[in-house]
Amino acid sequence: MSQSDDTLLLANVSRRGILKGLAGASALLLAARWGTAFANEKAQFGAGAMPGGWIDNPNVFIQIDSDGLVTFINNRAEMGQGIRTSLAMVAADELGADWDRVRVKQAPADQEKFGNQNTDGSRSMRHWYDPIRRAGAAARLMLEQAAANEWGVPVSEVRTEVHKVVHPATGRELGFGQLAGPARDLDVPGRNALFLKSDNELRFIGKESGLVNGELTSAHPKAVDGQDIVTGKAVFGADVDLEDMLYAVIARPPVYGAEIKSVDDSAALKVTGVKKVIRIKTANQPAAFNPLGGVAVVATNTWAAMEGRKALKIEWNLDAAGDNADYTSDAYREMLEKRAQSPGKVIRQSGDVEAALKDADQRVSATYYMPHMAQSPMEPPAAIVRMSDGKAEAWAPVQNPRATRDGVAGMLGIDRENVTVHQTLLGGGFGRKSKPDFVSEAARIAKEFEGQPVKLQWSREDDVQHSYYHAVSVDHLDAGLDANGKATAWRHRTLSPSITSLFAPDPKHIGEFEQGMGFNTMPFDIPSIRLENPPAPAHVRIGWFRSVYNLPHAWAIQSFAHELAEAAGRDHRDYVLELLGPDRKVQNLTVGDGWNYGENPDLYPIDIGRMRRVVERATEEAGWGRDMPKGRGLGLAFHNSFVSYTAIVFEVEVDESGELTIHRADIAFDCGPQANPERIRSQMEGACVMGIGIALKSEITFEDGVAQQSNFDKYLIPRMPDAPKVVRVHLIDNPGDGMGGVGEPGLPPVAPALCNAIYAATGKRIRRLPVGDQLKS
Amino acid sequence: MASLTINGRQYELDVPDNMPLLWVIRDVVGMKGTKFGCGIAQCGACTVHIDGVATRSCVTPVSAVTGEVNTIEAMAEDPVGKKVQQAWLDLGVAQCGYCQGGQIMNATGLLKSNPEPDTQEIIDAMAGNLCRCGTYNRILAAIERAAGKEVSS
Repeated sequence: MSQSDDTLLLANVSRRGILKGLAGASALLLAARWGTAFANEKAQFGAGAMPGGWIDNPNVFIQIDSDGLVTFINNRAEMGQGIRTSLAMVAADELGADWDRVRVKQAPADQEKFGNQNTDGSRSMRHWYDPIRRAGAAARLMLEQAAANEWGVPVSEVRTEVHKVVHPATGRELGFGQLAGPARDLDVPGRNALFLKSDNELRFIGKESGLVNGELTSAHPKAVDGQDIVTGKAVFGADVDLEDMLYAVIARPPVYGAEIKSVDDSAALKVTGVKKVIRIKTANQPAAFNPLGGVAVVATNTWAAMEGRKALKIEWNLDAAGDNADYTSDAYREMLEKRAQSPGKVIRQSGDVEAALKDADQRVSATYYMPHMAQSPMEPPAAIVRMSDGKAEAWAPVQNPRATRDGVAGMLGIDRENVTVHQTLLGGGFGRKSKPDFVSEAARIAKEFEGQPVKLQWSREDDVQHSYYHAVSVDHLDAGLDANGKATAWRHRTLSPSITSLFAPDPKHIGEFEQGMGFNTMPFDIPSIRLENPPAPAHVRIGWFRSVYNLPHAWAIQSFAHELAEAAGRDHRDYVLELLGPDRKVQNLTVGDGWNYGENPDLYPIDIGRMRRVVERATEEAGWGRDMPKGRGLGLAFHNSFVSYTAIVFEVEVDESGELTIHRADIAFDCGPQANPERIRSQMEGACVMGIGIALKSEITFEDGVAQQSNFDKYLIPRMPDAPKVVRVHLIDNPGDGMGGVGEPGLPPVAPALCNAIYAATGKRIRRLPVGDQLKS
Repeated sequence: MASLTINGRQYELDVPDNMPLLWVIRDVVGMKGTKFGCGIAQCGACTVHIDGVATRSCVTPVSAVTGEVNTIEAMAEDPVGKKVQQAWLDLGVAQCGYCQGGQIMNATGLLKSNPEPDTQEIIDAMAGNLCRCGTYNRILAAIERAAGKEVSS
């Protein structure tokens, strides 16, 4: 992107100058409208509580060239959620820019300058909508002030139209490019001086566009990377090409924690193109984001490195892995199922569950299983690092640039300031690229080649066999129903290894943030509730996978609610609406959730009314209650996560041979205010397909600590024939609540809704995922 | 030594016979639009055209290539490829975009051999191309649009 001397570089304004605005009445009004406080420091919740917080200085995010080209600096990782487009739209709309003259440039890793960059937790738009609107409004005001100065009129007499400032009284106008120079010399206005556009002045924000449920609506502000993607020009991690570059792959220990016993690299070194073989130390456990260790082969191209790796003869010391080398999935599942029969650590309790279960007229019990899965983004991890003169430069597709920078610095024993991380596009993330272990690996190898860039490429086998896996889980539920089928007791035991085992000695219990993902936040209005968490050890690296522990919790709870409705002989929708109880806002702390995705529970409570509305909308749109022919059924599930609300109804058909067809999905989604509805729809559609894969196909199993799947021939993810024939996304118009997450909340209800639909169609209850060939038997 | 025509340009390359076309294109010729996804012809991210036929370059040894190779970088010049690309943009198909070059190559290959495929023919032809973002419904709609049908799903 061009960045001429005429670029609008807004004068720096002191921190004090910015905060002065806080005293002003209009600032308080703005704060009220946005539902957030301006004080970045000491914030307890939201964007301000994140490392690096938020920044709204237009200097940082918006540049205008003298030719009128507007450059938006995007600070968040682009991994398919469309954030480069959506945040640029927010800035451009508030600024008044012509979309065709907006470019997007990716910020390097620099949390001090750009605020929090950890693209995780469905936070990008939720945390950056307000600061970026303010940045756009501040830049617009500076352009208006520059024009007013030029014309010698009060700024109140001028206004911004698309890409220009006009003085209606005299008909004069100046383009953004003409104003860029003069505006550069002006002070950044205080926040109390800013006026955000009213909704009817907005051109992009909140507007439906593009493909809406099968209809092509207005021309959208086209995705900023769309043209590059369809022409093969988009640059992902492995696409960065540097002069003199070397290529590397690593043979990693087959079991988590195993070490090299011996290496015979004589054959590998004879492979044409192979330059060097490097032994990498196995990180101490817990390994966090440190390399797993192994043997790196460095060559003049990727293929030669892979051929060299094949020729290595490595003996591993499995003793170093301890009992990880005994980890076998079937035995582990049986152990968890057995433990689920006994009480565990109590997480939440109200009433007397044991007594209520005893007194119940009917008791229902079920155990649900969800296996390990790998995120497996289509772009396997890849990174390039060049080390020279004690400084490192990295190019990588990472969700967490700060952790990447720190990882490389730690690996090389240099200061963070001496590490530059260039953020490429991510060919999918889904949580895998939140862990920058692969960049640290590249740094470790690059250390041996002063001045020469080294590209580390993970193969698909590497990815599937050495992931940070989604936790395996067993959930056991017992409920008591009274004579009318009403639930009087709910006991839920959840067992899964914890992500915290990556960073500290294995606690064997899930942490607060894992409980807060749909376990202790279970929304039903039942007199006696007890939630328990028996222990479950980790034997592989456990990590975030899109929507994380919401997956098992929603799968179990939403399947079980359907089982209760069946036991009560009631319609599923009517029954769950009664289980939810009256519309109310449940403060998270009252159910033991002190986490709430980092958001203020007073602004983002568990809102039963919003839950009810998505259930009602999805079921209405799906034609709930209509007669279905034999072999067809509708299935419902809903879940709130990442402070948003989702309900899904699937219509499925299962023929006599057990062949499943998904005819339709109706998804109702409430994320509060919508910045870019078009990309919200695409996220819901994508989550639906990914969730179908979780329900039907995806599973990683272990034998003696070794992953039994290694590529897409055995680790199955959804393909086009698995997608629903029709997907309809119904966005709830709800501008009044706080903005919620979008990337993840579409996923958790998919698997239970699909399995509930399978039950409706066949009477067969699925309690173990994936479905696999269970319908055939 | 391999002699290849890629996107209309002739290359004489000193590479091993068994080197897959994918790595020749990416690492030796230096064109990055063709992607590595699995290495065993399970995902389609590496799809190129050889004499107009969609082919998985990750399992095609360079010595086996006798026809003209075209990659995603050449599709803007291809009348069918161009239509497919435009349909992709019109419907906002891509999410992360990594697999989409391969999807477009496969779809273009399909429309070259079967200009008016029905829905099932499209699904069958595209079943070998994975998209982890789950954009299949839009891919299907875009292929139908490129084939001149109304958007239907």
